[in-house]
Amino acid sequence: MTGAIGYNFAYLDEQTKRMIRRAILKAIAIPGYQVPFASREMPMPYGWGTGGVQVTAAVLGPRDVLKVIDQGADDTTNAVSIRAFFRNTAGIATTTRTSEATVIQTRHRIPEGRLHEGQILVFQVPIPEPLRFLEPRETETRRLHALAEYGLMQVKLYEDISRHGHIATTYAYPVAVEGRYVMDPSPTPKFDNPKMDNSPALQLFGAGRERRIYAVPPYTNVRSLDFEDHPFRAQEFAEPCALCGAIGVYLDEVVMDDRGRRMFVCSDTDHCETRRAAGHRGGAFGL
Amino acid sequence: MTNVPLLSVEGLTMRYGTRTGCADVSFDLHDGEVLAVVGESGSGKTTLLRLLAQELAPDAGRVRYRMRDGGVRDLATLDEAAQRLLARTEWGYIRQDATDGLRMSVSAGGNAGERLMAIGMRHYGQIRGAASDWLRRVEIDPARIDETPQSFSGGMRQRLQIARNLITEPRLVLMDEPTSGLDVSVQARLLDLVRGLVTELGLAIVIVTHDLAVARLLSHRMMVMRRGCVIETGLTDRVLDDPEAPYTQLLVSSVLAA
Ligand SMILES: Nc1ncnc2c1ncn2[C@@H]1O[C@H](COP(=O)(O)OP(=O)(O)OP(=O)(O)O)[C@@H](O)[C@H]1O
Ligand SMILES: [Mg+2]
Repeated sequence: MTGAIGYNFAYLDEQTKRMIRRAILKAIAIPGYQVPFASREMPMPYGWGTGGVQVTAAVLGPRDVLKVIDQGADDTTNAVSIRAFFRNTAGIATTTRTSEATVIQTRHRIPEGRLHEGQILVFQVPIPEPLRFLEPRETETRRLHALAEYGLMQVKLYEDISRHGHIATTYAYPVAVEGRYVMDPSPTPKFDNPKMDNSPALQLFGAGRERRIYAVPPYTNVRSLDFEDHPFRAQEFAEPCALCGAIGVYLDEVVMDDRGRRMFVCSDTDHCETRRAAGHRGGAFGL
Repeated sequence: MTNVPLLSVEGLTMRYGTRTGCADVSFDLHDGEVLAVVGESGSGKTTLLRLLAQELAPDAGRVRYRMRDGGVRDLATLDEAAQRLLARTEWGYIRQDATDGLRMSVSAGGNAGERLMAIGMRHYGQIRGAASDWLRRVEIDPARIDETPQSFSGGMRQRLQIARNLITEPRLVLMDEPTSGLDVSVQARLLDLVRGLVTELGLAIVIVTHDLAVARLLSHRMMVMRRGCVIETGLTDRVLDDPEAPYTQLLVSSVLAA
């Protein structure tokens, strides 16, 4: 099957995709476990989501509908170019609507609306190893995972509280998957951690430079690490979205003019647009 | 108290290629007993400790340990998870170089509290309280709990290592030249501290040193090693006052002469 002339469907050759799918299947079978894979060169630099792109390429079929977001937005350069890449190489349909997408590749966010069964969320991951911060030796971190020795992860949170009075980690906040492997949810804000828990969608994580794939199968328990007397708490925003009035969503601060006026708006642009189309209005329209 | 030794070592032998690390070493260690291992550089002292800690695998011989339930186990037959659990609950290992035994970028409190977190404690206030207690016990001002050991002196680092290891109240502590590299007055303070903890906690200790004064001050029994072999073993006072082996006689007289 071919997309654009001269490319195999979704750019990667079938043998490479089979290799990546095998890694994905293994990752699904061992939730939260980092499976090594032979990461390929992609026509984009590391740090631009080469891990996520390879995972997406391996799971895409001709009838899939792809959505790509970067920091929640469909219209950033990175998201636009990855979407165009798969339109060109796989000839598939793309969308900005979360509910219509079958595959969603993301960097730094999980969409606000609850995902549904059959959807696949693909995360771009820069550093897959949650223990790396305190233990630089790969042989040792692998042993710690194998033996489920996660005291070190707790030390990191301890250090946070001792320095800041509370757990100051706000993104890449470590989680325990199905009570076994501790996993880095990629640089998503901890706001999104609760969405990973018991999600109907399949969540796949690809790290290109570090050559690792890991997964959270649908309806899997995902728990954010914490202390009894410093329980996990997602960020809370004091005000609603200035555009659509949504509360309980992740907001970005937008500077509006050179006099420093700012407003807070949904980081999930599709969520915001869908709400506005349904007639919701935030404070920015009341002014 | 029981008559069954806490640690029982039989014929422990290990070679690095053709070089001897440790040859046919045997001894028993009882609860609350302090054994000093002395010998010149390269005599196999660190190798012996690492064999005891199961960090190295012997070519021959075995190490048996009396578990808390009273059962005696050959340590080599425990799986890695069980060995590591023992290592962070029942044993301590004070490294010669404190930077090998501490996490240098983690605060003193995090270093001291790590073992508690590793065995599942999840209450920040309690972990911090225990860490602070232990800093006080090893004579580090608890006000420095949030500093990293990078800002600590050599003596403080060794004391932090002790706090980090003793916080889970181990029964057996291995110490590899804990006082070397420290100046004399700091050494004396550290030795006093260790001596106090030994009596207070009833620790069994294997302490490696090439300082006979350290052996005299701390240990009940001592073992003299040379080229991987045990040359002489006995009660510390007897070995130092009335050495039998010519090599030990030489060691003792050279110290006295110095
Ligand atoms: N990793 C290694 N590879 C090869 N040989 C080693 C290794 N470690 C130690 N040895 C050798 O084994 C012998 C015993 O070394 P060991 O480190 O146990 O001595 P030691 O008594 O602790 O010495 P020191 O007082 O200098 O610390 C020495 O001959 C040493 O060179
Ligand atoms: Mg040594």
